[in-house]
Amino acid sequence: MPAVEETVERVKEIDVDKYKYGFSTEIEESRAPKGLNEDTIRFISAKKREPDWLLEWRLEAYRRWRTMQEPTWANVQYPKIDFQDLYYYAAPKSTEGPKSLDEVDPELLKTYEKLGIPLKEQEVLAGVEGAPKVAVDAVFDSVSVVTTFKEELAKAGVIFCSISEAVRDHPELVKKYLGSVVPATDNFYATLNSAVFSDGSFVYVPEGVRCPMELSTYFRINAENTGQFERTLIIADKGSYVSYLEGCTAPMRDENQLHAAVVELVALEDAEIKYSTVQNWYPGNAEGKGGVYNFVTKRGDCRGDRSKISWTQVETGSAITWKYPSCILRGNGSRGEFYSIAISNGYQQIDSGTKMIHLGKDTSSRIISKGIAAGFSNNTYRGLVSAHRRATNARNFTCCDSLLIGDKCGAHTVPYIEAKNASATFEHEATTSKISDDQLFYCLSRGLSEEEAVALIVNGFVRDVLQHLPMEFMAETQKLIGISLEGSVG
Amino acid sequence: MLEIKNLHANVDGREILKGLDLTLPTGEVHAIMGPNGSGKSTLAYVLAGNEDYEVTEGSIAWDGKDLTEMDPTERAVAGVFLAFQYPMEIPGVATMTFLRSAVNALRKARGEEELSTPDFLRLVKEKAKGLKIDIEMLRRPLNVGFSGGEKKRNEILQMTLLEPEICVLDETDSGLDIDALRIVADGVNALRTKKRSMLVITHYQRLLNYIVPDKVHVMADGRIARSGGPELALELEKSGYAEFGGKATAA
Repeated sequence: MPAVEETVERVKEIDVDKYKYGFSTEIEESRAPKGLNEDTIRFISAKKREPDWLLEWRLEAYRRWRTMQEPTWANVQYPKIDFQDLYYYAAPKSTEGPKSLDEVDPELLKTYEKLGIPLKEQEVLAGVEGAPKVAVDAVFDSVSVVTTFKEELAKAGVIFCSISEAVRDHPELVKKYLGSVVPATDNFYATLNSAVFSDGSFVYVPEGVRCPMELSTYFRINAENTGQFERTLIIADKGSYVSYLEGCTAPMRDENQLHAAVVELVALEDAEIKYSTVQNWYPGNAEGKGGVYNFVTKRGDCRGDRSKISWTQVETGSAITWKYPSCILRGNGSRGEFYSIAISNGYQQIDSGTKMIHLGKDTSSRIISKGIAAGFSNNTYRGLVSAHRRATNARNFTCCDSLLIGDKCGAHTVPYIEAKNASATFEHEATTSKISDDQLFYCLSRGLSEEEAVALIVNGFVRDVLQHLPMEFMAETQKLIGISLEGSVG
Repeated sequence: MLEIKNLHANVDGREILKGLDLTLPTGEVHAIMGPNGSGKSTLAYVLAGNEDYEVTEGSIAWDGKDLTEMDPTERAVAGVFLAFQYPMEIPGVATMTFLRSAVNALRKARGEEELSTPDFLRLVKEKAKGLKIDIEMLRRPLNVGFSGGEKKRNEILQMTLLEPEICVLDETDSGLDIDALRIVADGVNALRTKKRSMLVITHYQRLLNYIVPDKVHVMADGRIARSGGPELALELEKSGYAEFGGKATAA
């Protein structure tokens, strides 16, 4: 059974009304005016009834942001974003959605069907009016509407809630850790996020606790022209373990949508965090029009000795993906991992990779990146592995493989390596290959269609990474890979 | 009945098949022999529909269907199978996964229900046993690191599982030692039925001791130069391909 189905089943058993919070009923005046200034930020903060310290934190970030330049070093091209032409806050249902699935783009429905998403879930994903808002800590637009599984998690002492709730109920934790991995001044988009972040997830796993279930969040962008600024903060206390899944899908839209999230992970002594992402936001149409801009800052801090953070990502959607889930290996003996599948088709652009910053002694990291470029797309792996002066015996293994489908796409590998400690051992392997006509013909001659053949070959290519995904994501991901590459040959 | 008439085909603009005529009645096994470069493998690829080979003239008719109008997938669905001389490697794809994808793709295209995992496993185990294929081999990525014998047995396993009506075996004997040759030949012979036709392409007569053909054709310069019974193969074994434009030495 696909994970989504299970989710729906489980959530149905829970009375969702119990989990209505704060302003989620004040839907009438829940959209901030277009544009960004200090008033917008005060509006957001007031809507969320935030404490003064957080408003100040936001305002400081905003003032800093105004002095910053939009970075241009990534290997991506897009029209200049007018930040005054965006909405920075929208509560759910403030815009009209389709009345039923009949009004939803049939292409989109076809995709849902191929992914095996049940009808009810399709309505939720497509933003049908009156559809039940069920999902695990579903971020519909900017506000966490439903948070479930709470009781079971509470038994284990795990806190899993929206950031807004955490600000209210666990201010000491938020104050201590927010911005401690990705500072408010970190980079253009992270700073913007710090100023205007709307909502996101918060997880705290107490000392010695193994989180009893995979935590998952469905993100979704709904209202037109609404920039999305999620903020996620996950803290694994000493000796704890948590696995977090982030799955994304978005309905068809004509206009580009900016998504600038920040994810911060903190792993204390002997703690382990596994963070998995499957991202299939709207990539734009066949001519390259529309699609989501996914400019995300994700960073994990292995703060304690022997801690471990593992990122696994499957990036198939968005018009532009620009992200580097990274690990700061601060604790002695800590370990960072990055497993990535990045697929670009049509006119999609991806500039993604990771940074492994070795600060502590005996730290190790592993990077396995599989990039697949088809159509007219551009796919860049960009990665940094660095060893600090004190990072004795730092070890890294990097393997970047690129697969090209057709001759109009591009794959690029840009690895940066900096070792300031002579005992560091860094290994780097990279390959670029093409799906050969002979391989394709071999599959076709056995009765596979071109699309089935490409999906099969690509799934073989990414196998090393697929194995790191949670079981329930694997089957869905294999299907998703096939769908993402439709029309890439012939 | 497969009927090839006046078949001309180009590769990279160079004509390889130059007016080939061949009739293969249903249920018969015909051998195609000939010197290197006579166009044997080209004929195999043209029959399977490889788009690198351009048919410029002539027809391939099979039970009223025109094969030249069909793409490779459609031909496979219709029942054409090519056992490759050099089977392709597909890294990361377990052989078992590939076999199952192929079997179910064909079943789906033919409007049959896909096989469940347990049913498929049962079928594969049974068929693999007949070809002395270890299940362990089927867990390895398709053809990656396979020995010559393993690759060829894997081709015959696919032929067994896909149950085609026209089998084209392209130099299935190349790279096989005598034991492997016998296993492969037994596998092929087990598939001989009244409804299934086979075209066995080989350079050497040796294979035909094990797979005894109904007819033997000799190809030379893109055409069938001579046809006869199994004794023709023996004759070639002695005289070589010299009279057909090949080098004087035989196997």
